[in-house]
Amino acid sequence: MSSAKITFQPAANRPYRLPPPLSGARHTAVWFSLGLLCLVSASFISLDLQWSAFFSAQAVGGMGRFIGEFYPPDLSPAFTSKLLYASIETLAMSALGTLLAAIAGLALALPASRMHTSDAAWLRTPTRLLLNALRSIPELVWAALLLISAGLGPFAGTLALACHTSGVLGRLYAEAIENAPPGPAYALRTQGLGGARVFLYATLPQILPQIISYTLYRWENNIRAAAVLGVVGAGGLGQLLAFHMGLFQMAKTASILGAMVLLVVLVDALSYGLRRMMTR
Amino acid sequence: MVGSLILLWPLLVATEFRPLQLFDAQSREPTLRFLATMVPPAIHSDFLQLVIRESWRTVAIATAGIALALLVALPATLVSVRVLSVSALSGRMSPAAFLLRQGVRWVLILLRSVPELIWALVFVRVVGLGPTAGVLAIALTYGGMLGKVYAEILESGDPTVAQTLLRNGSSRLQAFFYGVLPQNAAELTSYTVYRWECAIRSSVVLGFVGAGGLGQQLDSSMKMFAGGEVSTLLLVFILLVGIADFVSSWLRRQLG
Repeated sequence: MSSAKITFQPAANRPYRLPPPLSGARHTAVWFSLGLLCLVSASFISLDLQWSAFFSAQAVGGMGRFIGEFYPPDLSPAFTSKLLYASIETLAMSALGTLLAAIAGLALALPASRMHTSDAAWLRTPTRLLLNALRSIPELVWAALLLISAGLGPFAGTLALACHTSGVLGRLYAEAIENAPPGPAYALRTQGLGGARVFLYATLPQILPQIISYTLYRWENNIRAAAVLGVVGAGGLGQLLAFHMGLFQMAKTASILGAMVLLVVLVDALSYGLRRMMTR
Repeated sequence: MVGSLILLWPLLVATEFRPLQLFDAQSREPTLRFLATMVPPAIHSDFLQLVIRESWRTVAIATAGIALALLVALPATLVSVRVLSVSALSGRMSPAAFLLRQGVRWVLILLRSVPELIWALVFVRVVGLGPTAGVLAIALTYGGMLGKVYAEILESGDPTVAQTLLRNGSSRLQAFFYGVLPQNAAELTSYTVYRWECAIRSSVVLGFVGAGGLGQQLDSSMKMFAGGEVSTLLLVFILLVGIADFVSSWLRRQLG
């Protein structure tokens, strides 16, 4: 055998190299900005906004007169007690609506979540679709729809809040159930326990703090929503506002607006304070 | 059990909670009739054209409103953000500057506290029915919201860069553009996109008080008890919200 001769051959292919990216970050940013500019200008052009009417002397004068009529607000005892009652009604609507939504949301969240990896969860997709539909129709539209069967008044508003909020809460609860640590549930299931007991003793205790905080957060939102729901006739401060504004009783309108802003600011301050107290 | 009933009772009374009312003959009949008319959604072509036009108007009202809201929010943020205070570099902020910043903050909170529906009701009185009232209402409420949250985002970032720039004699705007904005830009944009999505949802609601868009159409169809039109509009609305949701989460993923 002759001495082995090692020959180096050139590689059949050139070494593998990634192609340069088709669009760099700058490229994308330019396209985004252009698209944004087009969207904004198309919006302004297609809307035929009446700025000239808004800033004309007549409109400015009308605005001035309109605001002038707000003063002095009606603070007579009779009307103030009426306001107080409407505020209580608003609070009650939001509380009951949230409670109903929490119950319905939990009932819908169970079929909407996959409890463990071998769970077929047949109902997961249809229930999620239902939750999405409930969630994407706003409270006010629900209220207007429910007026037909529940009649004018706070009952329709409560049901409307419950419908929208159960969509929101159901989805949040389902996410919480699916994201709960699976260990305890697995341990109980391997001992042969049924689904209901596994949920009650393993999953629910782990997600309860999350459920409570989601529910309180939605309650805060619902107080704000309940204040304006009445504009379509569904009770609370909003119904009072729509009534007196329709009759051009501006002094009363002013005090109702004041009560609304006060309610919203109070709820904001209270929730801010509570959250700071709890996270400290 | 008894305790919770006692707690619940005033709520039930105050909200006139009578579930049986839903099933008595007087309200059952119109409900069933309405539900029956809803079943084939209205899909004749001129109605669909109207729906498409109104959907675009809803998106346009939200977009124009957010654009104007930025005109309110950006200057207010620049004025009110504490990181850009020169006097705060050496100990406490000077009283005048503190009052100015706090005052702007209170104005933003006030703008935000009045729900957009109430602004719309007021503006419909002044400028008449139409999209102008809706755009203005969204601009004011969302201006307050964006301004307040922008200031919070900017203040939660790392202030050292901006402070170093200010100490070395840069102007406030320079400190903003080179020290504060770069580290917070992604979060600011993502929040703005999220608010745009919210504005689309609320511009539908604004239509109910006469501010144009899908809501106004829904309101008038409902008053005529045209169930088919109502169900079409609801479906389109769910679709629109779904698309906005998708676009906004996609955009935020791209930015994140």
